[in-house]
Amino acid sequence: MAKHTLSVLVENKPGVLARIAGLFARRGFNIDSLAVGPTEIDDVSRMTIVVNVETKPLEQVVKQLNKLIPVLKIVELEKDASVERELQLIKVKATSETRAQIVEIADIFRSKIVDVGPGALTIEATGSPDKLEAMTAMLRPYGIREFVRTGRVALARGDRGIAEKSLRLAEKGA
Amino acid sequence: MKITGAQATIRSLEQEGVEVIFGIPGGAILPAYDPILDSPIRHILCRHEQGAAHAADGYAQATGEVGVCMATSGPGVTNLVTGLASAYMDSIPVVAITGQVPTWAVGGDAFQECDATGITMPITKHNFLIMDAQEIPQTIAEAFHIARTGRPGPVLVDIPKDILQTEMAWWYPESVDLPGYRPVTTGNPKQIREAAKLILSSRQPVLYVGGGIIRSGASDELRRLVELTGIPTVTTLMGRGALPDDHELCLGMPGMHGNYTAVTAMQKADLLISLGVRFDDRVTGKLATFAPNAKIIHADIDPAEIGKNRPVDVPIVGDARSVIHDLNEALEQMIEERGRPEYAEWNKTVAGWKKKYPYMYTQTADGKLKPEYVIEQIGKISGGDAVYVAGVGQHQMWASQYIRFKRPNTWLNSGGLGTMGYAVPAAMGAKVGRPDDVVWAIDGDGCFQMTCQELATMTAENIPVKIAIINNAFLGMVRQWQELFYEKRFSAVEFGYDTPDYVKLAEAYGAIGMRCETMDEVDATVRKAQEIDDRTVVIDFRCDPEEKCYPMVPAGASNDDLILGPEYEKAHADILHDTPEAII
Repeated sequence: MAKHTLSVLVENKPGVLARIAGLFARRGFNIDSLAVGPTEIDDVSRMTIVVNVETKPLEQVVKQLNKLIPVLKIVELEKDASVERELQLIKVKATSETRAQIVEIADIFRSKIVDVGPGALTIEATGSPDKLEAMTAMLRPYGIREFVRTGRVALARGDRGIAEKSLRLAEKGA
Repeated sequence: MKITGAQATIRSLEQEGVEVIFGIPGGAILPAYDPILDSPIRHILCRHEQGAAHAADGYAQATGEVGVCMATSGPGVTNLVTGLASAYMDSIPVVAITGQVPTWAVGGDAFQECDATGITMPITKHNFLIMDAQEIPQTIAEAFHIARTGRPGPVLVDIPKDILQTEMAWWYPESVDLPGYRPVTTGNPKQIREAAKLILSSRQPVLYVGGGIIRSGASDELRRLVELTGIPTVTTLMGRGALPDDHELCLGMPGMHGNYTAVTAMQKADLLISLGVRFDDRVTGKLATFAPNAKIIHADIDPAEIGKNRPVDVPIVGDARSVIHDLNEALEQMIEERGRPEYAEWNKTVAGWKKKYPYMYTQTADGKLKPEYVIEQIGKISGGDAVYVAGVGQHQMWASQYIRFKRPNTWLNSGGLGTMGYAVPAAMGAKVGRPDDVVWAIDGDGCFQMTCQELATMTAENIPVKIAIINNAFLGMVRQWQELFYEKRFSAVEFGYDTPDYVKLAEAYGAIGMRCETMDEVDATVRKAQEIDDRTVVIDFRCDPEEKCYPMVPAGASNDDLILGPEYEKAHADILHDTPEAII
């Protein structure tokens, strides 16, 4: 199986997430991660969906998604031609002996300490999934109390946005 | 002008050209029932919401228009579910209007509340929950647009009771624009030329046509294609009647209970020209061995069907009628330049199979009534001019096998979902849509008992339908599988001939009940039923419970392993195993 990142523009209407999640569930497609947020255009949201399928089923995923009425546009973002980020908050056990080492690791990964308590540090890190994996591995020996990570968000590299064409169409009703 | 949401709902249906609603009122939808009294729309009060949904489906299949059903919240909606799912699988345009608990109660487990849009999400093409009375006209216009365009399908519009009661300023949209919904209807000209080239360079092509031809009204174009090229044509369960059965190039139904010629022609084809079909498992059998030598041209309005089950050589997205029209033009031009394709040898082979392997059954010496005979006689006596509606099971397959269809939109059944109980209410819907045509429901005893309450609707609303119950005292298809694949261990399958007494049941509902137990009585019984046009007729045909439906490809088996059945074994013991390889 291979991971594919889909950038999906949807009308921001109630139930859209349920429609998409339901479609994946009933057609047996695996979602690795899903992130939803607003876009530069009102009433349009962007979902970044990472799916774990072979190329052939991916074509089915895209075609079935396209049949959903609120779905406006779907683009597969190629890994090499796009920027992918996830955000992670990680709470690490810290004593007076280990605190400095943990801060140093956080620095190396260009992440921030966002909360300090007597027994723990909370670090905010963004980056590619690989970077976050690497940082988590470095911190694990100190004891991870809990961590949370967002779904992946991604944009294609270059000057143009995927929304431009489809949304002009939408506005004009062409 | 200020009117209520309920008035706006009914007025919107009028704007969409709706003439008939099949439905049942209840608490949440009550406001919408009041303006129906002042509307030219005919409301047909059904006895069960499932009946209303199937009736809307039958109406839509028989007329080509959108069928409309209406129900209240909660159980009203859940009872619609089977009917909507059936319409979804068969791409039938249906709009369901449902009441919902008031907006302030939504989500609070109120009386008769259920998540209508949530429940119907996977079985509708789209659905709506209206939260503002002002949006009723726009939403209903969108619902009809979605239901009837592209690949048709059911759309549900859920309206909370307080929204129906709220006043709104009446307006109606002149057009609908959905940025995320723009079905492609015209085939790509380059692909169409590719397809034409492939057709002309093939030697053993088969036209594989289905429900898409019926839905798009492409029968004339199809006929022209068939006659232009001389290519033998199989019509799937959903496509029966797309090409008349008496056309010499029509091979009839392929698939699990299809005939030898249709199945084998596909298996031996070097090209399948697939139009408005979806390579359903009941047609293909084991996919890996389906039509192993065939290249595939696949034209469908739904891009997601293309390549879903079988890789495609020439994909064409578009409406069947438009695509076939363009394909005919491309072919005509190429034929003019390159000459007519030469399929004489292939057609000779196919015609040979057709002659050698017709559908077959034997009248046994014990004189038991054979279901095939009953259905064949119904087809003959009604002259193929009626609308035929089937339930699901053996009788459905026999009806598809033995009735000689002349026209599209005259064969209605629940092909995809396989809903037992479809026939009675769908026949009712068909008769409402085509009051001047004779409508025959061919039903099983099991199916009939699932929805026979609609006999009351037929009597009350004066909708005279003819219902032939192929009563074999069993769930016949289940019995057949248990006999063939479960060592005759018959589990939970026997209904008995006598419970209920179908004649008395019919009479209790105000219909005419008849019983027919021998071959000699069949013709007279059917003729008598044909003559009665003011009441519904129910005929209890007591048939041989052991009769099995052949040919048959066992579930999951290859189409090469078609079981022809004992009749063929007897009739063709000498030639049974000589055909396949020798021909190619």
